[in-house]
Amino acid sequence: MASALINVPAKAKRGEIIAIKTLISHPMETGFRHTETGVPIPRDIVTRFVATYNGEEIFSAQLYPAIAANPFITFSTVATESGTFEFKWTGDNGFAATEQAKIIVE
Amino acid sequence: MGALHRSSVSPGRGRTFVLIAAIVLAALLSATLPVLTGDIPIDKRRSTYEQMSADTKAMQDEDTANPGMLWVLDGEVAWRTKTGAAERSCADCHGEAPNTMKGVGARYPAFDTKRGAPVNIEERINICRTEHQRAPALAFESKELLALSVYVARQSRGMPIESTDARLEPFISAGRDIFTRRQGQLNLACAHCHNDNWGQKLAGVPIPQGHPTGYPLYRLEWQTLGSLQRRLRNCLIGMRAEIYPYGAPEYVALETFLMWRARGMPIESPAVRP
Amino acid sequence: MAGNRMDPPRRKRRRAPTRRDALRGAGVIAAGAALPSLWLRRAAATPADMRAAIANVVGDAKLNVGRVKIEIPPLVENGNTVPCTVSVDSPMTPEAYVKAIHVFNEKNPQPNVISARLSPRAGRASIATRIRLTDTQTVLAIAEMSDGSFWSDSISVIITLGACLENLI
Repeated sequence: MASALINVPAKAKRGEIIAIKTLISHPMETGFRHTETGVPIPRDIVTRFVATYNGEEIFSAQLYPAIAANPFITFSTVATESGTFEFKWTGDNGFAATEQAKIIVE
Repeated sequence: MGALHRSSVSPGRGRTFVLIAAIVLAALLSATLPVLTGDIPIDKRRSTYEQMSADTKAMQDEDTANPGMLWVLDGEVAWRTKTGAAERSCADCHGEAPNTMKGVGARYPAFDTKRGAPVNIEERINICRTEHQRAPALAFESKELLALSVYVARQSRGMPIESTDARLEPFISAGRDIFTRRQGQLNLACAHCHNDNWGQKLAGVPIPQGHPTGYPLYRLEWQTLGSLQRRLRNCLIGMRAEIYPYGAPEYVALETFLMWRARGMPIESPAVRP
Repeated sequence: MAGNRMDPPRRKRRRAPTRRDALRGAGVIAAGAALPSLWLRRAAATPADMRAAIANVVGDAKLNVGRVKIEIPPLVENGNTVPCTVSVDSPMTPEAYVKAIHVFNEKNPQPNVISARLSPRAGRASIATRIRLTDTQTVLAIAEMSDGSFWSDSISVIITLGACLENLI
């Protein structure tokens, strides 16, 4: 059950710079921890985040174990046209999650 | 008269012994007597929120930046999911949570007439699951139970904590006993830090008053959402005291007391704490 | 003459080892045995690792200081979740924009934190995230410009550990 919280303004003016906030549920197990009996806990992190705006990539990031659990990423983009944002997270053990948000640009 | 006149009040050898014995006994007694500090005055009560840094406050305030909300989203889905041998969802009996669950988080643990004792939100959810949905109980601290309990608690956000049921009094009293009793290797009572020394620093961190206004909450230390019971277990471990097993009545008594102690303070669930 | 008597020199009596001594000795050995396994896995990044990770990105180019601002609260409540914002002074036009922002750390087991790719469509070269920091250390942000130049900023962060931890370390 990977849930995500997205903060994208519902409406914006053409040319306005908007901030997009994303938060995805993921433990981001670093791979550096071990159990009380000394057994290492394997790494399990989100490794890549890609944001597209009407199909075109506007932002991407490579994540490492140093990103806190439940990765929170904020970035900005210029509101050019109405349409859909798509956010994709991929990571270890075949992790993949996608979320969408719509925007009306006037 | 001579300078070495012996005053009749000055204790002789035997009397000195008794005096010293009395002092030692008093010291021993005070070490075992419960702490006699009073509760924090009602108007001096503060949520731990106020001691947090601006960044952590911002994390709590914004729904899309608050990791606890991820569990609320999951809880919303679970609320509508049919489950158990009875194939019922929470919504089938309770309708829309934003209406029917308003205020619930602010008055739990609540007295359960059948059991003759208070139950907390997690226990109430499991009672509903086993008795009405005929589904197995959810494990304490499991993702599913946390999601449902935070979803319910969220519906009371902003509402003042209520503790007016007279039937809870013996349990509030039992909780107060635990709160003021010295325990563990450090021989500390909860009250020593949270009533007597709140606001001062311990290991570089300000001591909170310890109100349960934000539970279940996202603790940065845990990097996940956790219940009040989990936090109380942390406290006991930190005090080097023996922890009660999950679901122990001692936790419910403590929770009931803590909610009474925080009566009138607004619910913040899901809160964020360091 | 009481008090003037010279006692015979006190021979240091070695009492037989008690159970307490045996337990204490065992404890020392156990602690010693526990240490290596804890430390072997938690290899902290050395300054050399951080330099290597930076060289991977910057190559032979000069790393300038300036135009970048990395913001982290100076005193952090918990190293598990540390807010971090990096902003770069750039017009973000197709002629002059920030291609990428990279963040590195000094003392975590691994030197990389995040590498973000931007385009002129960003409008503003600013990213924010939450990172993990194991210890008081320096965090460095590098901006890769469209003209091939590299600019950077660093910040020192103090990490404290709260009391009453769930897991006793």
